[in-house]
Amino acid sequence: MQQKEFLHKVLPFKDKVYRLAKRLLVSTDEAEDATQELYLKLWKNKHKLEQYKNVEAFAMTMTKNYCLDQLKAKRSNNLTLVHSNYKDNNISLQRELELKDSVSKVHDLIETLPEKQKIIIQLRDVENYEYEEIGKILDLQPTAVRVALSRARKTIREQLIKQHNYGIS
Amino acid sequence: MELANIEQLIERYENAETSLKEEQVLKEYFQQENVPAHLSEYKAYFNYFSESSTERYTKTLPIKPRRTNWKWLSVAALVALMVSVYSINNSGKLSIEERQEAELAYQETQKAFQLISQNLNKGNSVAIAGLQEFEKAQNKVFKSKK
Repeated sequence: MQQKEFLHKVLPFKDKVYRLAKRLLVSTDEAEDATQELYLKLWKNKHKLEQYKNVEAFAMTMTKNYCLDQLKAKRSNNLTLVHSNYKDNNISLQRELELKDSVSKVHDLIETLPEKQKIIIQLRDVENYEYEEIGKILDLQPTAVRVALSRARKTIREQLIKQHNYGIS
Repeated sequence: MELANIEQLIERYENAETSLKEEQVLKEYFQQENVPAHLSEYKAYFNYFSESSTERYTKTLPIKPRRTNWKWLSVAALVALMVSVYSINNSGKLSIEERQEAELAYQETQKAFQLISQNLNKGNSVAIAGLQEFEKAQNKVFKSKK
Protein backbone atom coordinates (compact mmCIF):
# COMPACT_ATOMS: atom_id res chain seq x y z
CA MET A 1 0.00 0.00 0.00
CA GLN A 2 1.35 3.39 -0.96
CA GLN A 3 1.67 6.22 1.49
CA LYS A 4 -0.92 8.32 -0.32
CA GLU A 5 -3.46 5.53 -0.26
CA PHE A 6 -2.66 4.83 3.37
CA LEU A 7 -3.13 8.43 4.43
CA HIS A 8 -6.30 8.68 2.41
CA LYS A 9 -7.71 5.67 4.21
CA VAL A 10 -6.50 6.46 7.67
CA LEU A 11 -6.35 10.23 8.14
CA PRO A 12 -10.09 11.03 8.06
CA PHE A 13 -10.61 9.55 11.53
CA LYS A 14 -7.52 10.89 13.25
CA ASP A 15 -9.57 13.38 15.26
CA LYS A 16 -11.87 10.62 16.40
CA VAL A 17 -8.91 8.57 17.55
CA TYR A 18 -7.53 11.56 19.37
CA ARG A 19 -10.80 12.39 21.09
CA LEU A 20 -11.33 8.82 22.23
CA ALA A 21 -7.78 8.72 23.57
CA LYS A 22 -8.35 11.98 25.36
CA ARG A 23 -11.61 10.76 26.83
CA LEU A 24 -9.83 7.78 28.33
CA LEU A 25 -6.42 9.20 29.18
CA VAL A 26 -7.67 12.68 30.16
CA SER A 27 -4.42 14.55 29.52
CA THR A 28 -3.90 16.23 26.17
CA ASP A 29 -0.25 15.21 25.96
CA GLU A 30 -0.96 11.58 26.59
CA ALA A 31 -3.78 11.59 24.08
CA GLU A 32 -1.44 13.06 21.47
CA ASP A 33 1.18 10.45 22.25
CA ALA A 34 -1.41 7.71 22.00
CA THR A 35 -2.59 9.01 18.63
CA GLN A 36 0.96 9.08 17.33
CA GLU A 37 1.64 5.62 18.64
CA LEU A 38 -1.51 4.29 17.05
CA TYR A 39 -0.73 5.74 13.64
CA LEU A 40 2.76 4.31 13.80
CA LYS A 41 1.23 0.92 14.51
CA LEU A 42 -1.18 1.31 11.61
CA TRP A 43 1.67 2.35 9.32
CA LYS A 44 3.76 -0.63 10.35
CA ASN A 45 0.84 -2.97 9.70
CA LYS A 46 -0.31 -1.24 6.54
CA HIS A 47 -0.11 -4.39 4.45
CA LYS A 48 -2.59 -6.05 6.79
CA LEU A 49 -5.09 -3.20 6.61
CA GLU A 50 -6.47 -4.38 3.29
CA GLN A 51 -7.80 -7.48 5.00
CA TYR A 52 -10.11 -5.43 7.19
CA LYS A 53 -13.39 -4.31 5.75
CA ASN A 54 -13.77 -1.46 8.19
CA VAL A 55 -10.40 0.10 8.88
CA GLU A 56 -11.93 2.81 11.03
CA ALA A 57 -13.60 0.35 13.39
CA PHE A 58 -10.35 -1.58 13.56
CA ALA A 59 -8.40 1.56 14.41
CA MET A 60 -10.90 2.54 17.08
CA THR A 61 -10.60 -0.91 18.64
CA MET A 62 -6.83 -0.54 18.63
CA THR A 63 -7.11 2.89 20.23
CA LYS A 64 -9.39 1.58 22.94
CA ASN A 65 -7.08 -1.34 23.71
CA TYR A 66 -3.97 0.82 23.70
CA CYS A 67 -5.50 3.40 26.04
CA LEU A 68 -6.81 0.78 28.46
CA ASP A 69 -3.34 -0.79 28.51
CA GLN A 70 -1.83 2.59 29.24
CA LEU A 71 -4.27 3.14 32.08
CA LYS A 72 -3.52 -0.26 33.54
CA ALA A 73 0.21 0.39 33.41
CA LYS A 74 -0.24 3.77 35.03
CA ARG A 75 -2.39 2.41 37.80
CA SER A 76 0.14 -0.21 38.73
CA ASN A 77 2.96 2.35 38.63
CA ASN A 78 1.46 5.26 40.47
CA LEU A 79 -0.05 5.92 43.81
CA THR A 80 -3.31 7.80 43.61
CA LEU A 81 -4.06 10.80 45.73
CA VAL A 82 -7.37 10.49 47.49
CA HIS A 83 -8.61 13.50 49.38
CA SER A 84 -12.05 12.52 50.50
CA ASN A 85 -11.72 14.43 53.78
CA TYR A 86 -11.44 17.68 51.95
CA LYS A 87 -14.34 20.02 52.69
CA ASP A 88 -15.15 23.16 50.84
CA ASN A 89 -16.83 25.93 52.84
CA ASN A 90 -17.20 28.40 50.05
CA ILE A 91 -20.10 26.66 48.40
CA SER A 92 -21.87 29.65 46.98
CA LEU A 93 -18.84 30.78 45.00
CA GLN A 94 -18.23 27.27 43.81
CA ARG A 95 -21.83 26.93 42.71
CA GLU A 96 -21.52 30.10 40.76
CA LEU A 97 -18.44 28.88 38.97
CA GLU A 98 -19.99 25.52 38.33
CA LEU A 99 -23.09 27.02 36.82
CA LYS A 100 -20.90 29.21 34.69
CA ASP A 101 -19.10 26.30 33.12
CA SER A 102 -21.71 23.63 33.53
CA VAL A 103 -20.30 22.20 30.33
CA SER A 104 -17.14 21.17 32.14
CA LYS A 105 -19.37 19.64 34.81
CA VAL A 106 -20.70 17.26 32.22
CA HIS A 107 -17.10 16.45 31.38
CA ASP A 108 -16.36 15.63 35.01
CA LEU A 109 -19.45 13.47 35.26
CA ILE A 110 -18.46 11.45 32.23
CA GLU A 111 -15.06 11.13 33.85
CA THR A 112 -16.60 9.21 36.75
CA LEU A 113 -18.34 6.63 34.55
CA PRO A 114 -16.96 3.11 34.18
CA GLU A 115 -14.58 2.80 31.24
CA LYS A 116 -16.93 0.83 29.03
CA GLN A 117 -19.73 3.36 29.42
CA LYS A 118 -17.24 6.17 28.91
CA ILE A 119 -16.14 4.70 25.59
CA ILE A 120 -19.69 4.04 24.45
CA ILE A 121 -20.91 7.52 25.27
CA GLN A 122 -17.89 8.97 23.49
CA LEU A 123 -18.49 6.90 20.38
CA ARG A 124 -22.25 7.50 20.29
CA ASP A 125 -22.83 11.03 21.51
CA VAL A 126 -19.66 12.70 20.31
CA GLU A 127 -18.69 10.67 17.25
CA ASN A 128 -22.21 9.61 16.20
CA TYR A 129 -21.50 5.97 15.45
CA GLU A 130 -24.34 3.51 14.85
CA TYR A 131 -24.96 0.85 17.48
CA GLU A 132 -23.74 -1.86 15.12
CA GLU A 133 -20.45 -0.03 14.59
CA ILE A 134 -19.91 0.47 18.31
CA GLY A 135 -20.65 -3.21 18.80
CA LYS A 136 -18.00 -4.06 16.23
CA ILE A 137 -15.43 -1.77 17.83
CA LEU A 138 -16.00 -3.08 21.33
CA ASP A 139 -16.83 -6.65 20.37
CA LEU A 140 -20.28 -6.43 21.94
CA GLN A 141 -23.84 -7.13 20.85
CA PRO A 142 -25.71 -3.98 19.77
CA THR A 143 -28.28 -4.61 22.50
CA ALA A 144 -25.52 -4.69 25.11
CA VAL A 145 -24.30 -1.37 23.74
CA ARG A 146 -27.79 0.09 24.11
CA VAL A 147 -28.11 -1.10 27.68
CA ALA A 148 -24.75 0.34 28.70
CA LEU A 149 -25.44 3.59 26.87
CA SER A 150 -28.84 3.99 28.50
CA ARG A 151 -27.27 3.38 31.88
CA ALA A 152 -24.57 5.97 31.24
CA ARG A 153 -27.03 8.60 30.00
CA LYS A 154 -29.32 8.10 32.96
CA THR A 155 -26.43 8.29 35.41
CA ILE A 156 -25.25 11.58 33.97
CA ARG A 157 -28.75 13.05 33.94
CA GLU A 158 -29.40 11.99 37.55
CA GLN A 159 -26.11 13.48 38.69
CA LEU A 160 -26.80 16.70 36.82
CA ILE A 161 -30.24 17.07 38.36
CA LYS A 162 -28.87 16.19 41.79
CA GLN A 163 -26.22 18.86 41.58
CA HIS A 164 -28.72 21.31 40.18
CA ASN A 165 -31.23 20.83 43.01
CA TYR A 166 -28.50 20.86 45.60
CA GLY A 167 -27.42 24.25 44.33
CA ILE A 168 -30.90 25.71 44.62
CA SER A 169 -31.89 24.41 48.05
CA MET B 1 -40.35 21.31 17.55
CA GLU B 2 -43.02 21.03 20.25
CA LEU B 3 -42.06 20.72 23.86
CA ALA B 4 -44.00 17.50 24.40
CA ASN B 5 -42.26 16.04 21.44
CA ILE B 6 -38.84 16.98 22.83
CA GLU B 7 -39.68 15.49 26.20
CA GLN B 8 -40.71 12.29 24.55
CA LEU B 9 -37.52 12.25 22.54
CA ILE B 10 -35.46 12.77 25.69
CA GLU B 11 -37.12 9.83 27.35
CA ARG B 12 -36.38 7.61 24.40
CA TYR B 13 -32.89 9.04 24.26
CA GLU B 14 -32.23 7.95 27.82
CA ASN B 15 -33.42 4.46 26.99
CA ALA B 16 -30.98 4.50 24.06
CA GLU B 17 -33.81 4.00 21.59
CA THR B 18 -33.28 7.08 19.46
CA SER B 19 -31.70 7.02 16.03
CA LEU B 20 -28.76 9.23 15.13
CA LYS B 21 -31.13 11.59 13.30
CA GLU B 22 -33.32 12.03 16.36
CA GLU B 23 -30.29 12.68 18.51
CA GLN B 24 -29.22 15.34 16.05
CA VAL B 25 -32.66 16.96 16.47
CA LEU B 26 -32.14 17.02 20.23
CA LYS B 27 -28.67 18.52 19.90
CA GLU B 28 -29.96 21.24 17.60
CA TYR B 29 -32.90 21.96 19.86
CA PHE B 30 -30.65 22.58 22.86
CA GLN B 31 -28.39 24.84 20.85
CA GLN B 32 -30.98 27.58 21.03
CA GLU B 33 -31.02 30.15 23.81
CA ASN B 34 -34.44 29.88 25.44
CA VAL B 35 -34.91 26.38 26.76
CA PRO B 36 -37.63 25.64 29.37
CA ALA B 37 -36.30 25.76 32.94
CA HIS B 38 -36.97 22.12 33.75
CA LEU B 39 -34.84 21.07 30.77
CA SER B 40 -31.98 23.45 31.44
CA GLU B 41 -29.57 20.77 32.62
CA TYR B 42 -29.96 19.03 29.29
CA LYS B 43 -28.72 22.16 27.59
CA ALA B 44 -25.31 21.83 29.19
CA TYR B 45 -25.39 18.13 28.51
CA PHE B 46 -26.05 18.29 24.78
CA ASN B 47 -23.93 21.34 24.22
CA TYR B 48 -21.02 19.53 25.78
CA PHE B 49 -21.21 16.85 23.12
CA SER B 50 -21.52 19.32 20.28
CA GLU B 51 -18.55 21.21 21.64
CA SER B 52 -16.28 18.26 22.31
CA SER B 53 -16.81 16.89 18.82
CA THR B 54 -15.05 19.95 17.43
CA GLU B 55 -11.76 19.14 19.12
CA ARG B 56 -8.99 18.43 16.62
CA TYR B 57 -5.68 16.68 16.60
CA THR B 58 -3.27 19.40 15.56
CA LYS B 59 0.15 17.75 15.76
CA THR B 60 1.63 16.28 12.62
CA LEU B 61 1.76 12.53 12.39
CA PRO B 62 5.24 10.95 12.32
CA ILE B 63 4.72 9.05 9.09
CA LYS B 64 6.31 11.38 6.56
CA PRO B 65 9.92 11.49 7.90
CA ARG B 66 10.02 7.73 7.89
CA ARG B 67 9.18 7.73 4.25
CA THR B 68 12.05 10.04 3.24
CA ASN B 69 14.37 7.60 4.97
CA TRP B 70 13.18 4.93 2.59
CA LYS B 71 13.80 7.18 -0.37
CA TRP B 72 17.40 7.87 0.62
CA LEU B 73 17.96 4.22 1.37
CA SER B 74 16.83 3.28 -2.13
CA VAL B 75 19.11 5.93 -3.64
CA ALA B 76 22.05 4.53 -1.70
CA ALA B 77 21.19 1.00 -2.77
CA LEU B 78 21.02 2.10 -6.41
CA VAL B 79 24.46 3.76 -6.19
CA ALA B 80 25.96 0.65 -4.59
CA LEU B 81 24.42 -1.54 -7.27
CA MET B 82 25.75 0.62 -10.11
CA VAL B 83 29.27 0.71 -8.66
CA SER B 84 29.35 -3.06 -8.24
CA VAL B 85 28.01 -3.72 -11.76
CA TYR B 86 30.58 -1.32 -13.23
CA SER B 87 33.50 -2.93 -11.40
CA ILE B 88 32.41 -6.48 -12.32
CA ASN B 89 32.14 -5.51 -16.00
CA ASN B 90 35.60 -3.94 -15.91
CA SER B 91 37.29 -6.91 -14.28
CA GLY B 92 35.94 -9.21 -17.02
CA LYS B 93 37.73 -7.30 -19.80
CA LEU B 94 41.56 -7.43 -20.00
CA SER B 95 43.64 -4.90 -21.91
CA ILE B 96 45.98 -6.08 -24.74
CA GLU B 97 49.13 -5.59 -22.68
CA GLU B 98 47.74 -7.64 -19.85
CA ARG B 99 46.78 -10.36 -22.29
CA GLN B 100 50.29 -10.53 -23.73
CA GLU B 101 51.82 -10.60 -20.30
CA ALA B 102 49.56 -13.45 -19.28
CA GLU B 103 50.50 -15.38 -22.45
CA LEU B 104 54.19 -14.92 -21.68
CA ALA B 105 53.76 -16.08 -18.12
CA TYR B 106 51.89 -19.16 -19.37
CA GLN B 107 54.69 -20.07 -21.76
CA GLU B 108 57.35 -19.56 -19.09
CA THR B 109 55.50 -21.85 -16.72
CA GLN B 110 55.08 -24.44 -19.44
CA LYS B 111 58.85 -24.37 -20.03
CA ALA B 112 59.61 -24.77 -16.36
CA PHE B 113 57.32 -27.81 -16.12
CA GLN B 114 59.00 -29.32 -19.20
CA LEU B 115 62.40 -28.91 -17.59
CA ILE B 116 61.28 -30.55 -14.35
CA SER B 117 59.77 -33.54 -16.12
CA GLN B 118 62.89 -34.11 -18.26
CA ASN B 119 65.16 -34.05 -15.23
CA LEU B 120 62.86 -36.36 -13.36
CA ASN B 121 63.12 -38.89 -16.22
CA LYS B 122 66.91 -38.67 -16.05
CA GLY B 123 66.81 -39.46 -12.34
CA ASN B 124 64.58 -42.43 -13.05
CA SER B 125 67.21 -44.23 -15.23
CA VAL B 126 69.94 -43.54 -12.66
CA ALA B 127 67.82 -45.04 -9.90
CA ILE B 128 67.10 -48.17 -11.94
CA ALA B 129 70.85 -48.65 -12.62
CA GLY B 130 71.49 -48.40 -8.87
CA LEU B 131 68.86 -51.02 -8.18
CA GLN B 132 70.49 -53.47 -10.65
CA GLU B 133 73.83 -52.95 -8.89
CA PHE B 134 72.19 -53.78 -5.59
CA GLU B 135 70.64 -56.96 -6.99
CA LYS B 136 74.04 -58.16 -8.24
CA ALA B 137 75.52 -57.71 -4.78
CA GLN B 138 72.58 -59.52 -3.19
CA ASN B 139 72.96 -62.49 -5.51
CA LYS B 140 76.60 -62.74 -4.55
CA VAL B 141 75.70 -62.85 -0.86
CA PHE B 142 73.08 -65.52 -1.23
CA LYS B 143 75.43 -67.64 -3.42
CA SER B 144 78.23 -67.47 -0.85
CA LYS B 145 75.83 -68.62 1.85
CA LYS B 146 74.75 -71.65 -0.11
